[in-house]
Amino acid sequence: MSAARETVLADLRERISALEGGTAWRAGFLPFGVAEIDAVLSGGGLAHGALHEFAGGGSGTVDGAAAALFAAGIAARTNGHIAWCLTRPDLFMPALAQVGLHPDRVVFVEADREEEVLASMEECLSYGGLGAVVGELVRLPMVASRRLQLAAERTGTMAIVVRRWRRQTEANDFGQPTASTTRWRVSVLPSEPLPVEGVGRARWLLELIRSRAGECAEFEVGACDDKGRIHLFPRSLDRQNTASRSRHSA
Amino acid sequence: MIAKSGSKRWVAAADQAARKAGVRVGMPAAKAQAIFRDLMLVDADPMADATALERIALWALTVYSPIVAVDGLDGIVMDTEGADHLQGGEQPMLERIANRFRGKSLMVRVAIADTWGAAHACARAIRRETVIVPRGETFRAVEKLPLSLLRLPEKIVDDLRMLGFRSIGELANTPRPPLSLRFGPEVGRRLDQMLGHLAEPIEPIRAPEWIEVSRAFAEPIGAAETINKYVGRLIVQLIDELERRGLGVRRADLIVEKVDGTRQAIRAGTAKPARDVAWLTKLFKDRTEQIEPGFGIERLKLVAVIAEPLVSAQYASCLVEEQTPDITPLIDILGNRGLRIFRLAPVASDVPERSVRRIGAAVEPLAETWVSHWRRPVRLLDRPERITVIALMPDHPPRSITWRGKRHQVIRADGPERIFGEWWKRDAEFDAVRDYFLVENEAGERLWIFRSGDGVDPETGDHAWFCHGIFA
Repeated sequence: MSAARETVLADLRERISALEGGTAWRAGFLPFGVAEIDAVLSGGGLAHGALHEFAGGGSGTVDGAAAALFAAGIAARTNGHIAWCLTRPDLFMPALAQVGLHPDRVVFVEADREEEVLASMEECLSYGGLGAVVGELVRLPMVASRRLQLAAERTGTMAIVVRRWRRQTEANDFGQPTASTTRWRVSVLPSEPLPVEGVGRARWLLELIRSRAGECAEFEVGACDDKGRIHLFPRSLDRQNTASRSRHSA
Repeated sequence: MIAKSGSKRWVAAADQAARKAGVRVGMPAAKAQAIFRDLMLVDADPMADATALERIALWALTVYSPIVAVDGLDGIVMDTEGADHLQGGEQPMLERIANRFRGKSLMVRVAIADTWGAAHACARAIRRETVIVPRGETFRAVEKLPLSLLRLPEKIVDDLRMLGFRSIGELANTPRPPLSLRFGPEVGRRLDQMLGHLAEPIEPIRAPEWIEVSRAFAEPIGAAETINKYVGRLIVQLIDELERRGLGVRRADLIVEKVDGTRQAIRAGTAKPARDVAWLTKLFKDRTEQIEPGFGIERLKLVAVIAEPLVSAQYASCLVEEQTPDITPLIDILGNRGLRIFRLAPVASDVPERSVRRIGAAVEPLAETWVSHWRRPVRLLDRPERITVIALMPDHPPRSITWRGKRHQVIRADGPERIFGEWWKRDAEFDAVRDYFLVENEAGERLWIFRSGDGVDPETGDHAWFCHGIFA
């Protein structure tokens, strides 16, 4: 009985997604390589031809450091060039190189106004052939996000928006609806404790706030390693496990 | 500079030192020599001047604007409308032009105004290097200027002076009919041109080796679709011509000549030599909407201003491996919108703010990256921000820091990572030392802070603390 129900449901899901354009399915998905996270995402990973939105939490709403590094880690695992559109060029490239994003792959597009960032993101998305298009934005209105989502669907390029507000109080704008397929909040957590003095591998609280055709979820993860991968932290810390410790730690 | 007219020798130009000694333009050469002994006299060579000016105009045409012409004996005039945003705006463009000339130790005066006449007058009247006359302020800018800047024949200027006219403003406020009766239509025409009542198209200078295709219309065209259609055809023609010569275009101008004698130009540049119809069409189609047909377009002209050799290369056909697509067309599309497009490349420097440089987006891959096993922050502050700390000297990380008015208790810290000043670059950095620490507060926010100085020797820095970056 339940097996029959499963097949019917799976069939229905497939038909609905085919109605929704279906290109997302053709473009494929980028798994995180963490079973628990991939399980909550429909398709088993971040969809390639779709818009994803990342924001920071706490002071990260202003600097967007963790969100940007999370985006860089995802971009590093795609193939091809990355276009990074921004208005405030304060990104420090060596840090992105440390999560596996080679500087030759990233083309920065610096604009003076937010609208130009949106326009250049859309242009990059509809060009096709890029691995991912990342944009740092303050505002993401519904219409703009829908345009980005449609452009991403057409070419199967992954669109990532890193939200960065001017002030922390403006960040409740993140509750406004947009057309993005998934929305994440990445907040910093105290780093992994080390048996000695020093700062261990950074940890993030990864909140999946919205996911189209999926459920919300929350994970505690270790920050991107040198290949851009994250890994799930068991809630109870296993102090014996030193294999996964960052090579940067003392 | 001494020029000859008949048997008369007179001063045609003088440099600053000579002017200080009292030499004036227009005075007889003998008199100048009498004022100052050992005055260096050089015979003027108007032909060489004209060729040099033409070369400057051609250079300006490739760099600044598609419509450039030689203006009189001593100037060039450009229509920079719609081209200044590529240089970052009007003021930065003027400054850059002035710097280019100063770099060649040439004196230059640059002015932007609504009309050719006004810019001509302002550039020759100002004492500063650059001036921008705001839109609609032309009359205010030129009313006090002398009559000689009106581009009238010398005879007319002298006669006007004799009648008591001194400035352009006085002349402009005088009733026209008596003036035209006495001096002919020239005075009124020049005044109208200066004040923008009369259009004065600039006939752009052209080099003979440029590849040019054009199309004249028996019936003026105006509809957007028609313009697009003919632009597309011109591009195909241009590409054919380029292919025959084995060239690829780096910069192309579309010049639109309208029925009323005005011209408009659209310029598109590419990062690599291009000979692809779709690529160029996209670059121009993006902007044909900027064309204002007015009463109709008489003639469209497409010119390849800069063309470079482009040989056809064979692509290695590999069925197994996917090729990364060429993104140069995308770079061109965005670049022609005035956005800054770049890649970042490593520089062998330990000082964080110097370890990154911008390179062109279309440069071949460098295949090098930063070699550092220390963690680096995701955001680097433009300039380090002063913080106050409580720290045990010399080697311990701070216990607490106050940054942007907020106090952070330091729970964990890593460091110090010592970075020495680059004495081979600047003398002031001979002893300079920075000790970098990674600190983490109770909420998990990680900051990159440094102390200037090694904590012991005051020579190495004043022991002030700064925040320099934010980790993820």
